[in-house]
Amino acid sequence: MISVESVSKRFGDFTALDDISIEAPDGKLTALLGPSGSGKSTLLRVIAGLEVPDAGTVVVSGRDATNLPPQKRGIGFVFQHYAAFKHMTLRDNVAFGLKIRKKGKPEIESKVDELLHLVGLEGFADRYPAQLSGGQRQRMALARALAVEPSVLLLDEPFGALDANVRAELRAWLRRMHEQVPVTTVLVTHDQEEAMELADRIVLLKDGRIAQVGAPRELYDQPADSFVMSFLGRVSKLDGRLVRPHDVTLSDRPEDGWEEAMVQRVVHLGFEVRVEVVRGDGEEVTAQLTRAEAEALEPHAGSIVWLRPPASGVSA
Amino acid sequence: MSVDRRTRIGLRVLALGYLAVLLLVPVGLVFYRTFEKGIGFVWDSITTPAAIHALFLTLEVAAITVPLNAAFGMLAALALVRGRFPGKRLLDALIDLPFAISPIVVGLALLLVFGRTGWLGPTLADAGIQIVFSVPGIVIATVFVSLPFVAREVAPVLKEIGEEQEQAAATLGANAWQTFWRITLPAVRWGLAYGVVLSTARAIGEFGAVSVVSGKIAGQTETLTLLVEKRFQNFDLAGAYAASALLALIALGTLLAMSLIGARRSES
Repeated sequence: MISVESVSKRFGDFTALDDISIEAPDGKLTALLGPSGSGKSTLLRVIAGLEVPDAGTVVVSGRDATNLPPQKRGIGFVFQHYAAFKHMTLRDNVAFGLKIRKKGKPEIESKVDELLHLVGLEGFADRYPAQLSGGQRQRMALARALAVEPSVLLLDEPFGALDANVRAELRAWLRRMHEQVPVTTVLVTHDQEEAMELADRIVLLKDGRIAQVGAPRELYDQPADSFVMSFLGRVSKLDGRLVRPHDVTLSDRPEDGWEEAMVQRVVHLGFEVRVEVVRGDGEEVTAQLTRAEAEALEPHAGSIVWLRPPASGVSA
Repeated sequence: MSVDRRTRIGLRVLALGYLAVLLLVPVGLVFYRTFEKGIGFVWDSITTPAAIHALFLTLEVAAITVPLNAAFGMLAALALVRGRFPGKRLLDALIDLPFAISPIVVGLALLLVFGRTGWLGPTLADAGIQIVFSVPGIVIATVFVSLPFVAREVAPVLKEIGEEQEQAAATLGANAWQTFWRITLPAVRWGLAYGVVLSTARAIGEFGAVSVVSGKIAGQTETLTLLVEKRFQNFDLAGAYAASALLALIALGTLLAMSLIGARRSES
């Protein structure tokens, strides 16, 4: 387990972390989520020992690590831009930590082979990083971090530099890998979908402070405030409240308590349809319908619909 | 940019002509004049005891100077790129000082410090150490004038590779020493090699500072460049050309090493 207590960190006038306390439970994947400048990467680097906090303590696996250098923390760290050792083959990259620990040659060989199999790079052992794709380099970096059997794995925007397709693929792969090798993991990301898909727990940060902590569904369904709500998904404004567009219901006939509105624009997004309507008071609202709902309603620009404001939502 | 054919060829002729007049013709003439009187004469004039001594002294000075500069340059580059300390900008400016000061001024300055009546000279003389008019003086002068090369070649490479590989090594358990030898040094090796080659070329070719501090004692403190000058002053032109040709050969070897390294560097 990792526990961070009352950690603060300033860079000149900029407060990156303001009295932050979090816990990352054993065997779980915790996501540090937030917009850029929220302090999520700094927090991860403090846990790793790559940054020294101005105040507070970091405990890794029951040991106070606040004053330990990175090499003594028993961590594995994966960088956004891979940090591949360019002058070494993939095999030597993965073996690096084991060679530093002066393991025997047969042990290193078998461990590296095992990891290359785990990350699906068996055929690439003798290639140099420059001969690998971004996704392959990042899998190599993961294998390299896992080779030293770290008690915690720290991932700093690991998929941030990759194409959308590769990102989705690696995300699914990471989830499967974490099920196979349930090492305590902290993942930094600015992508809420990535956090929702991968994490057991999300710590949402804003301006160096914690906005909310909880399971992905908790944050989505019971957001603490408008920031959490709008960061975790699409929102629409209605009567001074933020609501989820998929909670806005539309009908083609008037019903009790429903309001009249006019359709302005219909956007077909494949499996869902986004309908932008304007209410009598001029307020614009977006509703998100399933394909089936849209086919029943047949909305088009200029058509009149009736709208039911959802009960859930937070004040804007 | 589109330049028409005629202009392009014109520019090429101009650039190559400029290089030819300033570089190729003079160096070519040195070789031509050298071998004018036949290979036997050349051989005789570069195998006199004074010439052989000068050659070995030159190589000896380079052999001491270059490793010193490589070590210092590496450290200075690390301090400049990775370090955070007060006075960093001052160090940055100071490293270029040897490029800015004329070598002859460097020589005179060293005399003021290590000379017979200099600041440290008498103390060192009492301890039985002679710097000026002996090999240590030549080494110090050469170190001074070729100081910036390695640092200036390595620093941009260090900046370009960034800190992440080193941080990754640290998270994998490597201490600072291991990280330096296994990650940083291999990553900057071509920059370092290039700096070493430039430093070597400068060390072998240095004249001004060395001519002041060496005392030009034949068979003792006379380097190849000093030998060339002496023969020239004594109207032994053929001898001067022969010694020059030897210097130029060493320089061409260095140039070859440089372009080979340059090719490797752009590959990696």
